[in-house]
Amino acid sequence: MTILVLIEHYQGGVADGSLELLTLARTLGGPVTALVLAGSMADVATLAAGLDADTVLAVAAPAVARYASSVYLRSLNAAIAACDPELVLLSYSTAGIDLAAGASVATGREMVAYVTSLTRHGAGFAACSQVYGGKLLATSTLPAQGIAVVMPGAVKAGPRSTGDAPVQTLTVDLGPDGCIRHLETLVPESGGIDLTKAARIVCVGRALGNTDKLPMAEALAKLLGAEIAGSRPVIDAGWLPKPRQIGKSGTKVKPKLYLMAGVSGAPEHLEGMGESELIIALNSDPRAPIFGKAHYGAVCDMFEVMPTLIQKLS
Amino acid sequence: MKIVVIQRLEPVLTEELELSDDGRDIDREWIGFALNQFDDQALEQAVLLKESNGATVTAIAIEDEGSDKMLKNALARGADAAFQIPLDADDVESRSSRALAPLYAAAIRTLAPDLVLVGILSNSDLYGELAPYLGAHTGWPQISAVTEVRLAAGKATVRQEYAGGRAARFEVDTPVIIGLQTAMQPPRYVAGSKLRDLLKVQIPELEVDGAPSADMSHGTTLALPDQSAGAVMFDGDADDIATSIHNLLKEKGFVQ
Repeated sequence: MTILVLIEHYQGGVADGSLELLTLARTLGGPVTALVLAGSMADVATLAAGLDADTVLAVAAPAVARYASSVYLRSLNAAIAACDPELVLLSYSTAGIDLAAGASVATGREMVAYVTSLTRHGAGFAACSQVYGGKLLATSTLPAQGIAVVMPGAVKAGPRSTGDAPVQTLTVDLGPDGCIRHLETLVPESGGIDLTKAARIVCVGRALGNTDKLPMAEALAKLLGAEIAGSRPVIDAGWLPKPRQIGKSGTKVKPKLYLMAGVSGAPEHLEGMGESELIIALNSDPRAPIFGKAHYGAVCDMFEVMPTLIQKLS
Repeated sequence: MKIVVIQRLEPVLTEELELSDDGRDIDREWIGFALNQFDDQALEQAVLLKESNGATVTAIAIEDEGSDKMLKNALARGADAAFQIPLDADDVESRSSRALAPLYAAAIRTLAPDLVLVGILSNSDLYGELAPYLGAHTGWPQISAVTEVRLAAGKATVRQEYAGGRAARFEVDTPVIIGLQTAMQPPRYVAGSKLRDLLKVQIPELEVDGAPSADMSHGTTLALPDQSAGAVMFDGDADDIATSIHNLLKEKGFVQ
């Protein structure tokens, strides 16, 4: 039995998360099938080149040229029915969220999400997941023929394959024109800000409370020659503009210095900054997950520490 | 246009989480609960659509300690009606999205809305998120990670976000289930007087033909993460900590 991996792609490039899933599948052992959905067989061939899989299962149709949850779900369900895999791997991405639960119900398979490690366990698999914003770890036994949604970065992607896996075409009834129709692709609005190029970043989290104390964080950033940034709740509340969001749905950064104040360290945030060279975290919660990721930290009131640090830097 | 918005209570993560004796759940006895932050966004988006399109908004929740107050808050924010879905605590082994999805789906079938809005995540979605489960149980289209919803001519136009800030716009037939990430405006403030006006209002129950489903919680154990390999911690008062950070920044060459 094979392990089926959903391949996500954008503008002709395979997503890093999908390459990581292929590596994970190889680690688990057994044949690996990559499910590639694209607008034509030529596009499938381009995407499939170098994928470390034994077989590429291809759905080629204009309706799946771009991601749309309805037609992707139909295709995934059809692929599961066609190859009856012992495990289905999806990345914890928008597509992973959209598709995994629906496929689980449609195919009668158990599923587990937020997976950070996955190993064989008896006839099935043992999965470790992050839950409650990363404050707890869950160890689950996933039976064979399960579905796992794996956190990006859980494994490091291995090298691309030198050979091309054989491509099998899968014919899927995608419906007349789909109930979810792609209108346009939107490029990120940068507003002239490119945090990916910032060598130093000061990031504030929900504990900021409101915009009253934002000038304090901005003053600290200015003294450090850093860009100011925020976690998702800060952006959702309108305290900082969207181009300054770090994390899963924001920008992924690798600065030399990442000083964070009042950010708990939810998995979605860590995905965007976990590879920073030096991470310093201030948080009032001694069990904040960020202390498991940061290099240096302090359990403190950030509104007391920041002014003192500003004074020392001035 | 009829909108149903789902409201869920979830543990407050700034409080200390304790585990139940069997290690399969958190100890829910002493922990505080608050409205799911994404459901907060979903409520705001529903009320914005009511204001822009004349929709009616119905808020629903699984009946639990605090759900009555949560739904009164939804009414104060602009929902037109609210219902609690009764659940016998003795009959439910798990409160995961997977387990409770059939109950919500039954309520949706009863209320027959054009649009269902629910927050994209809850912090205990170990077995999958609610919106896609609702799509599977109702057979309606579902789209998650949505940050804009507009209605026109019986269709919804939504913006779906991807990693790195990329996004796409879709036209979606109704009825549809939307897993909302962010409303088009931050959630509004509710005046205390509005909530006081609702103190004597009874939130009715909505009897539904559905039962919780099984999940893998029987084969799951929870644990606190081992942070011993984590950060080097700076101790002391604010001045001690600031001094330690300043020294570190000097040592690493970030400041003179």
